Amino acid sequence: MTTEHLDRGPLDRRELAAVVAADIPTGAYVNLGIGLPTTVADHLPVGSGVTLHTENGMLGMGRAAEGDEVDWDLVNAGKIPVTETPGASYFHHADSFAMMRGGHLDVCVLGAFQVSVGGDLANWHTGEPDAIPAVGGAMDLAIGAKSVFVMMTLFAKDGSAKLVEKCSYPLTGVGCVDRVYTDHATFLITPEGVLVRETFGLSFEELAERVPVPLRLAPARGRR
Amino acid sequence: MTAVFADPDEAVADIPDGATVLIGGFGPAGQPIELIDALRRHGARELTVVNNNAGNGDTGLAALLATGNVRKIICSFPRQTDSWVFDDLYRSGKIELELVPQGNLAERMRAAGAGIGAFFCPTGVGTPLTEGKEQRTIDGREYVLEYPIKGDVALIKAHRSDEVGNLVYRKTARNFGPVMATAATTTVAQVTEVVPAGELDPEAVVTPGIYVDRVVTA
Repeated sequence: MTTEHLDRGPLDRRELAAVVAADIPTGAYVNLGIGLPTTVADHLPVGSGVTLHTENGMLGMGRAAEGDEVDWDLVNAGKIPVTETPGASYFHHADSFAMMRGGHLDVCVLGAFQVSVGGDLANWHTGEPDAIPAVGGAMDLAIGAKSVFVMMTLFAKDGSAKLVEKCSYPLTGVGCVDRVYTDHATFLITPEGVLVRETFGLSFEELAERVPVPLRLAPARGRR
Repeated sequence: MTAVFADPDEAVADIPDGATVLIGGFGPAGQPIELIDALRRHGARELTVVNNNAGNGDTGLAALLATGNVRKIICSFPRQTDSWVFDDLYRSGKIELELVPQGNLAERMRAAGAGIGAFFCPTGVGTPLTEGKEQRTIDGREYVLEYPIKGDVALIKAHRSDEVGNLVYRKTARNFGPVMATAATTTVAQVTEVVPAGELDPEAVVTPGIYVDRVVTA
């Protein structure tokens, strides 16, 4: 069902993180990418049973470390000091990526420059000739997790939509994205095409006008 | 057999020019700073360095790069807010970069240590990082052929060692250490403490001493 939230504007960053967090299944093993995706952790409900994976070698990652908790041997993928939760475990890099590539992680949440209607992801390189490329674990995560959620603003600074027919930036992974969470709408990438699950601050028609790719209503549309 | 060294400089004194050196660490966590400093003082030239990153700030790996003795770096994430030493070398064409997805970096070293000739991996299929690599469809999925990365030397940091080279690590500073230890001809580990054999719980040993040639307290 497509739900149109017309009594409000687009989601702010906190609200977007909360929307993603609400879709993380209870008890899931989850990797949150660097930057905006990291903030999803702040919105996971107590008792969600979610275990956070960080690709530098830990399951059961806790919140950011404060004051005396800071230990530079205990950092997340963004190299920020974090804490451990009861039941945490450590492992080396090959194991960490084996559990990713091997399909053991339930969800990863990644940022993106662009996502295509076929689920191709571009999030590692702008392709500019003087840019120094850096990929980290993005390609491994994109093809490894059972579900890949992208979290991004829908429109670039120049106003163009980042949900595109075909990515113009270099790809991170082919056909790997399942859902795209944005400030203006939540999209489901399916074999039947891109379904709009929710809109925020604009109608489906207004959204379709601004995003130049084929969009479909999710069955049984609602309005509130 | 593992040798216990008293001095990091002695532990790296025989690293030759042109060596491929696997250097542990994920950013500063697990970076064997004292061994890297010793390698910098030793002055071996034309090195290939394998690390997740390409140095932070002006110390450790960044200081080694600044000597100009590193010809090539194989890493997954060179660009960071404090990677100015690498950035300048790269932009002026003074260092070669082989960019490898992080999991492939680990798995290629794991393969080297485990005697695997090459392996088919799904990471990076259809991206610029696998262009020109042999591709195969297996069970309906696309894979590319990846080759091992073998080191002449590994410089890693562990928490404690015993006299026979068994290693335990500390938290996320473990990162590449156990894999690099298996993938090099000579593995040198810097540790906070070397204890007598029998003092580490055999059930808790992460890297067995067979992979460790030299330990040094630093």
